[in-house]
Amino acid sequence: MSLRDKLSEIKEKGLADIGQTDDLKTLNEIRVHLLGKKGPITAALRGIKELTPEERPEVGSYANKIRDAISEAVAQHRDQLETIQLNKQLAAEKIDVTLPGKPVAQGQPHVIQQIIDQIVDLFLGMGYEVLTGPEVEEDKYNFEMMNLPKNHPARDMQDTFYLSKEILMRTQTSPMQARALEKHDFSKGPLKMISPGIVYRRDTDDPTHSHQFHQVEGLVIDEHITMADLKGTLITMAQNIFGDKFDIRLRPSYFPFTEPSVEVDVTCFNCMGKGCDVCKHTGWIEVLGAGMVHPNVLKMAGVDSDVYGGFAFGVGPDRFAMLKYGVDDIRDFYLNDVRFLNQFSKRGN
Amino acid sequence: MKVSYKWLKQYLDLNMPAKDLAEKIERTAVEVDSVTVAEDGLKKLVVGHILSMKKHPESDHLHICSVDVGEDEPLQIVCGAPNVDAGQKVIVALPNSRIGGNVKIKRSKMRGVESEGMICALDEIGFSKDVVPKEWADGIYVFDDDVPVGEPIYHYLGMDDPIIDLDVTPNRGDMLSIIGTVHDLAAIYDQKPEIKKPSVEEDQSLDVNTEIKATADASLAKTYKLRVVEGVKIAPSPTWLQITLWNAGIRPINNVVDVTNYILLKYGQPLHSFDKDKIDGDIVVRNAKKGEKLVTLDEDEHELSPDDMVISDNDHPIALAGVMGGFNTQIDDETQNVVIESAIFDSFHIRKTAQRHVLHSEASQRFERGINPDGVEDALNEAVSMIKQLAGGRIAQGIVTASEYHPELPVISITAERTNHVLGTSLKLEEIKSIFDRLEFPSVEHGDTLAVTVPARRWDIHIDADLFEEVARIYGYDNLPVTLPTGRQTIGVLTPTQRLQRASRQILEGIGLTQAISYSLTTDAKAKMFLMRDSEPTKLLWPMTQDHTTLRMNLLSGLLDDVAYNHAHKVDDVSLYETGRVFYKDSADQIRPEEVEHVAGVITGNLTDPAWNNHVKPADFYLMKGMVNQFIVNLGIKGEIAYSATDQYPEMHPGRTANISIHGHNVGFVGQIHPQIAKKFKIKETYAFELNMQALIDLPKNDDQYQPIAKYPSVKRDISMIVDRETTNDEIVAVMNKRGGSYLSAIRLFDVYEGKNVPDGKKSMAYSLTYVNPRETLKDEVVNAAFEKIKKRLTADLNAEIR
Ligand SMILES: [Zn+2]
Repeated sequence: MSLRDKLSEIKEKGLADIGQTDDLKTLNEIRVHLLGKKGPITAALRGIKELTPEERPEVGSYANKIRDAISEAVAQHRDQLETIQLNKQLAAEKIDVTLPGKPVAQGQPHVIQQIIDQIVDLFLGMGYEVLTGPEVEEDKYNFEMMNLPKNHPARDMQDTFYLSKEILMRTQTSPMQARALEKHDFSKGPLKMISPGIVYRRDTDDPTHSHQFHQVEGLVIDEHITMADLKGTLITMAQNIFGDKFDIRLRPSYFPFTEPSVEVDVTCFNCMGKGCDVCKHTGWIEVLGAGMVHPNVLKMAGVDSDVYGGFAFGVGPDRFAMLKYGVDDIRDFYLNDVRFLNQFSKRGN
Repeated sequence: MKVSYKWLKQYLDLNMPAKDLAEKIERTAVEVDSVTVAEDGLKKLVVGHILSMKKHPESDHLHICSVDVGEDEPLQIVCGAPNVDAGQKVIVALPNSRIGGNVKIKRSKMRGVESEGMICALDEIGFSKDVVPKEWADGIYVFDDDVPVGEPIYHYLGMDDPIIDLDVTPNRGDMLSIIGTVHDLAAIYDQKPEIKKPSVEEDQSLDVNTEIKATADASLAKTYKLRVVEGVKIAPSPTWLQITLWNAGIRPINNVVDVTNYILLKYGQPLHSFDKDKIDGDIVVRNAKKGEKLVTLDEDEHELSPDDMVISDNDHPIALAGVMGGFNTQIDDETQNVVIESAIFDSFHIRKTAQRHVLHSEASQRFERGINPDGVEDALNEAVSMIKQLAGGRIAQGIVTASEYHPELPVISITAERTNHVLGTSLKLEEIKSIFDRLEFPSVEHGDTLAVTVPARRWDIHIDADLFEEVARIYGYDNLPVTLPTGRQTIGVLTPTQRLQRASRQILEGIGLTQAISYSLTTDAKAKMFLMRDSEPTKLLWPMTQDHTTLRMNLLSGLLDDVAYNHAHKVDDVSLYETGRVFYKDSADQIRPEEVEHVAGVITGNLTDPAWNNHVKPADFYLMKGMVNQFIVNLGIKGEIAYSATDQYPEMHPGRTANISIHGHNVGFVGQIHPQIAKKFKIKETYAFELNMQALIDLPKNDDQYQPIAKYPSVKRDISMIVDRETTNDEIVAVMNKRGGSYLSAIRLFDVYEGKNVPDGKKSMAYSLTYVNPRETLKDEVVNAAFEKIKKRLTADLNAEIR
């Protein structure tokens, strides 16, 4: 048998051994045995000196090829065995993925806060600043500068918590209109502000009344602000908070601090405008009051009403939340039952 | 105001369903509360004629009637009404009919006698008891003779008339009348209704001025007018008038009083009728005198105050002016001569009197909102003409006028440019003029301007903005363009404070607390709890309930109320926070409190739900402290946060409460609610913190400077020691910090142990110290030297036994 044939035989047998091996340890032993210094290839190559000098390089390179082939076969087989072993391991590691995950602590913003934040973010995007003011207010700002002089019929003493003759719990966020108008420097640009906050009324708490609730006041004053701008702003707000399918309608109303004054209805949530018991079969639900700022309000705050004018609106986040989520008792917002609070996921709408 | 659609149709050509008319009114004028048709929901109610009647053999009050209902055979109906009688035309509920309150009527037996239906009283078919005339209050209703038998009843009782209930805003007092409503609808639908001026047929032989004299303080009654009708015969009003009144929610009384109420509805002008023969001398409009008393029509006696305005005769008040008449001078069945009063009373006085005596009448409501000065005399004239027509008698010649007022009509100039500037429209001056034509506001063009004269019936209009509203609503709010404000740009950003407040909420939610919003008004006792500084409570002058009398001076008591509410509803695990204002006063004399932003949190029970893989421990001091500490760290306030034991809060556990200070400024506290307080609130073991948020906002913040991460490896050394039980972590850490050398970068307590293997009165504390040199790799010798020094100092200073 020639040396070359001998080498071929070693190769065939080696490859066969590799192919039959089913564990990594044996495979490694085969590799070490075949390719090692004490292995059959090395042993066979001792016979190389019997060959002619011309034959030697050819057989030498043939031996290297065999070594490469064996290395290659070992590597391939090792990959195979490793994959099998891994799959076995993975199969053994299988768990019940339907078991519940580990509870993680995560608080939620109050649902009314979510509505307020949504309104605030919308108006920030439209270039409004956010102003906040005192909850204990002067009669002057809460009423007088809002065009509600002392004996005005719309100013019912019964509805107001007084601390003294002149100091009261604000009944609306409108006093922030007067405060903002007094301070604003119109040479620096228009006044565009919203003011969220808590307000108080001398009411008996029941499903639709609360002695404490929230308002967000809005005010825009510049040289050329129109009622059409108000309409566009209110539609934008309604659709941003409730959804694109919602429409609004303006109805004439009366507030001492705006003229013209409107009440704003949005498409009924329950029937989407078809008419139902919730909307008294009108298809509409009243959500806010608004209007063009009364010239007296501007004048009293020292703003020239011939040059400047604009609109104001006041929305009730409590009412928005009730309508949006179908909450039927306003008191639920102030009891802070965690089962109630945690229903309102913080998904940003 | 309940407006009859039929009445409106007497003036206007309206053909739309009442619901559509109501929608138009809502969009253009005032809110509509409801549209109702009284017959809706009723079924098979017809006019019946009682042919004969006999007593029920088994009853002393029931009668068996044979009733013709227009069918071949009369029905046999058992009736218990005291006023039932043969020959009457009555309301019959046929078998299988539906009457008021959705009640079904079936054939039935009454004490053994078959009854094929029911003869009804007005309140049984849905009438409010308040409007049923006295005559029919205690029995069945009896129709006039000319009503056809077998016909549905609805038309003959006005129940087929849609009633539109207007919710009139304070400025639109003009719409509290049929004529005012007609004027507005005429403008909306562009019609020209004919509203006739009444004429009066006076008796030349009677001079009103010899019949009665009157004087009036013009500051109380701007206009005060009287007429006299003599020789009237008091009787019930005709059916049409009764229907008109009850459909408007007013009970018919008699032909004189009903006329005054009819005129009130038609003109919005309240009238009052006095029995002339019960008046002693002349009439005076004046303030009441102290101690005077008056019994009003409702037979209540009122103690009068000098702020009340009265009509008086020579000696006594005979009416609370504009609010309610007096009992003693009222029209009764024997009255022959009447005095009719038509006036404008001062709205402020009326409002105060109505409030003081809790008498809010149809009249006071209208005086409060204003009266059309042009209608006072027309209303009076039409009233006496109607009385003559319905009750007979002679109208005395002339009117007694004690005071008289005709306002100068405002003329307001507007331009198309200004109108469009405000409304965002692009109307031409002619279009604007045509709107005022529809409103019947006279207007004259002078070049670019339109001078608009406001009629007296629209006393709410004073300035150009009022006219713009008229233009806008008649033009239609639906037709306004939809735009957003343009002009100079503004930047919409939160202020640093607002950003910090928003961040603070997010941080607290991130560590597991849910936001609560509690009431700011609480009880005096709760307001005073957890006081972080000396303060007097702020109290309401007239609280509504005992639970909400005083402004809070802490947030925690509200949160404890919330915990209690949850516990009461079987929710044991509660983790809440709240941000909001507390209200401080330095002294009791100070009226207006200082408003300070606070933040507070509570935890009781488990922060997360126990589960198969979640072995939770109930909240304790250190969980709450960890949260509050993380909160403060996240706010990035400059300076060290320090905790020191405190027993200054009587509502907190004296051994488990720490004051929190930052860089030496006290900002609040954290700890366990005192078990006695917890018991009072009915809550379980609860941990809490409250911080002065304003202080956190005001304290300087860390510069946002990047600290390079050390390139060289850090070296850790653990140290375990036994110290006295009283030795605090702070003391140990202070020693380590002071003596730790410049490479000591972190100290972490990883074990605290008391008990087995630790002597009594001692505890074992184990810390892991981290050393790092930012400039080169630390050599072991350096760390060892520093570590040895700490050990030595701990032994020397704190008597620590290093293990
Ligand atoms: Zn609806």
